[in-house]
Amino acid sequence: MPLLDIQNLSVAFSTRAGTFRAVDGIDLQVDEGEVVGIVGESGSGKSVTSLAVMGLIPSAGTVIADRMSFAGTDLRTLSRSQRRRITGKDVAMVFQEPMTSLNPCFTVGFQIGESLKVHEGLSGRALRHRTIELLEQVGIPAPESRLSAFPHQLSGGMNQRVMIAIAIACNPRLLIADEPTTALDVTIQKQILDLLVGLQRDRGMALILITHDMGVVAETAHRVVVMYAGQVAETRSATELFERPRHPYTGALLDALPERALGRRRLPTIPGVVPGIADRPQGCLFNPRCPRAQDRCRAERPALLADDAGRARCFYPLNSQSEVTA
Amino acid sequence: MLRFILTRASLLIPTFLGVTLLTFLLIRLVPGDPIEVRVGERGISPERLAQFRHELGLDQPLWKQFLDYIGGVLSGDLGTSLVTHNPVLQEFLTLFPATIELAFMAMLFASVVGLPAGIVAAVKRGSWFDHGVMGLSLTGYSMPIFWWGLLLILLFSVNLGWTPVSGRLDLLYYVEPVTGFMLIDTLLVGEYGAFWSALEHLILPTVVLGTIPLAVVARMTRSAMLEVLGEDYIRTARAKGLNSRRVVGLHALRNALIPVVTVIGLQVGTLLGGAILTETIFSWPGVGKWLIESINRRDYPALQGGVLLIASTVMAVNLLVDLLYGVLNPRIRHAR
Repeated sequence: MPLLDIQNLSVAFSTRAGTFRAVDGIDLQVDEGEVVGIVGESGSGKSVTSLAVMGLIPSAGTVIADRMSFAGTDLRTLSRSQRRRITGKDVAMVFQEPMTSLNPCFTVGFQIGESLKVHEGLSGRALRHRTIELLEQVGIPAPESRLSAFPHQLSGGMNQRVMIAIAIACNPRLLIADEPTTALDVTIQKQILDLLVGLQRDRGMALILITHDMGVVAETAHRVVVMYAGQVAETRSATELFERPRHPYTGALLDALPERALGRRRLPTIPGVVPGIADRPQGCLFNPRCPRAQDRCRAERPALLADDAGRARCFYPLNSQSEVTA
Repeated sequence: MLRFILTRASLLIPTFLGVTLLTFLLIRLVPGDPIEVRVGERGISPERLAQFRHELGLDQPLWKQFLDYIGGVLSGDLGTSLVTHNPVLQEFLTLFPATIELAFMAMLFASVVGLPAGIVAAVKRGSWFDHGVMGLSLTGYSMPIFWWGLLLILLFSVNLGWTPVSGRLDLLYYVEPVTGFMLIDTLLVGEYGAFWSALEHLILPTVVLGTIPLAVVARMTRSAMLEVLGEDYIRTARAKGLNSRRVVGLHALRNALIPVVTVIGLQVGTLLGGAILTETIFSWPGVGKWLIESINRRDYPALQGGVLLIASTVMAVNLLVDLLYGVLNPRIRHAR
């Protein structure tokens, strides 16, 4: 049984222009100790999916799913207070912007200790001791003196370490990192990523790594889910995906990696943008931007079909058996 | 810290001079000087008028009068009232506690009602409660104090007879002033009947004076909360699995309070201005009523001294708010 099992999850927001499905019928399974990368451009529904798992979708949004269970517990039937006992304890999240994700009015020590206080009832000396321990684990030097620091006194990288300390405070079984390195300097990105992967390995927790950086996924993930316009475009193991991508969108993302564009003067790009609320095309959602689109793609919407090593939502996939033999 | 206070205090000097000069000139623009007003329609011979004016120094050129006055103020002498012949400072200090008591209660009323109303309105944005609070606060903000006070007196005091019409204490009681605050003095002598009477007398003036600050505090709290509730760190707080009470009441409110406290501090000026009207309506024996009377009697030293002292109070409170701001906002505290 997977640790996190989501089937046919949709998140809809009602807007003036009508109902908009930010997430449109996705499946997502994460096993204990597994690292799953979710990739896709901005607006593909990656963050909304993770917020739905956390139970943090604002009241303007509706969450529907055929199945949404964590460690055997059906998340859909839980009351709010029961849900809160899981959120921040068994499932925790690290956000993109460390500088704005920490409360400017409270010390770092308070904000880390708060989870421990609320979920594990720690207080006094034990709380302080655990908090210092956590700061050590996320690689913050002189942790004791940082307890009383405010977020604005620390750098972005340090703040992201604090965010990670908050997230792992209660030993979560699943950690969701939503573009944890995007807002950071390139030199710091690597450190934070190494820290996350190290913690994942040491603690055996599952990790969902949301990013738009294929390179990051290649280094860390066991399995990859490629999202496009609120749907899963393709999913398979990381090695398979990088060796033989099936969906043209995945292919295009991989082609845009600088490492794969050796010898070319310009990095290939994907023309156009992810369709929004008003401009969803007929047929395959990717067809206006797809170099391989044919008439069928413009008329029918493809299903997420299983192939020999994963699943892809395409009528004319790349690297498929038929193509190889043909 | 000390340097900050000294810098701020040095800025007060031009403000003091400006306030004094303005009051000094404006009251002299009003037709009729203290002697004419006192003599009234009886008339007086021009010689006697000139003699009285000479005695009060009113025949001197304006700049000379002003310099004399400033000189007095700098040596700590605010002059004596032309009517009662008591030192202005002494009269002010006798009456000021009544005004402070009223203003304090009004601010308390505004905060105790306005903060929760603004918080709930922000959390339940777009609900009937939100619309109700915002509509009422707009009405409250636009309510002329004079008219509002008369309406409340008519309804609650005259028609329903629930509250006294005016004054600070029922005639049945006499309480020797110790602190000047009626609520405290009555308790000090253990007169509980008098305490209730004082409280009853405070209700309507408090509501009337507190209405505008209440409207401002509620609106400000709502907008500050709305802004803060959209911040990333609120999402972080929710992601920790904290309950709404803690997310809103601790994480959001702590940040939203920063602008709200500033606004409350700035309201003190409005409050003391409003106190003048409120005290007049309710015959409240405070400095507001005294100032109005001083204008009517052209009691130049009393008016000038009173305005100067009230201005000092407002500036002192604003300074205090600035210091408090640093306590509330760690980003400012550490910037120094």
